[in-house]
Amino acid sequence: MDDVFKALADPVRRQLLDSLHQRNGQTLGELCEGHDMSRQAVTKHLAILEDANLVATRKDGREKLHFLNPLPIFEIADRWVRKFEHGRLRALDELKKNLEGKSDGKR
Amino acid sequence: MANDKFVYVTYIRTTPEVLWNALLTPEFTRQYWFGVTLESDWKKGSTWKMVFPDGRVTDSGEVLEVEKPRRIVLKWLNEWMPELNAEGFSRCTMEIEPVEGATKLTVIHEIDKSQSKVIEAVGGGWPRILSNLKTLLETNEPLAMTKGGCKSAA
Repeated sequence: MDDVFKALADPVRRQLLDSLHQRNGQTLGELCEGHDMSRQAVTKHLAILEDANLVATRKDGREKLHFLNPLPIFEIADRWVRKFEHGRLRALDELKKNLEGKSDGKR
Repeated sequence: MANDKFVYVTYIRTTPEVLWNALLTPEFTRQYWFGVTLESDWKKGSTWKMVFPDGRVTDSGEVLEVEKPRRIVLKWLNEWMPELNAEGFSRCTMEIEPVEGATKLTVIHEIDKSQSKVIEAVGGGWPRILSNLKTLLETNEPLAMTKGGCKSAA
């Protein structure tokens, strides 16, 4: 999880993710466009994003395509959100049982 | 080339064999996949379907490639939402790869058209499914909120 926060702590890397969010599956060349940086610098940023599993790559012929991988961010959000969602579902479940008259006798 | 796809990668502390079974066995899938079961003999050319607890078929298709426990490619058709069904078949590839101390799961869902609603829809669903799967396999605890949708949350 440290990797994810470190990777996200840099504005250039967030921009790269934004760019992939807008258009998934870009090449290095495409991702370099709009950045005032060398290819090497962008490659380095992409490697950090890939190590943090925020970017996944696939070979497509001779090209390497980059895809936004939202799972680490999802897991971070989930870590602090899930119990609230659970409560909401429980409330719905109670409501359903009450309305359908199938209360298990506890209330 | 009009093509829309996403690539999702997750690392799970388990073995390829266990992960394979978790992805393709009804007893497993209903615990983390919004209560659905996946049904097929998972042989090349066989049909498969995904079924809601109430028996409705949500998605179906054909097994295009299978290499247990490393890789499976499914032809995929949404059966219950007309606007997704109208886009026709998409393709889902699941790749399983042992890495140091864990197993890497890559899910690629793609369709031969751009701006696909199918890809948008499944793109939103997969993170929850994969996150649930990871939790289930790493903690051995079924997820109360996802066992059969909302019903068994209590």
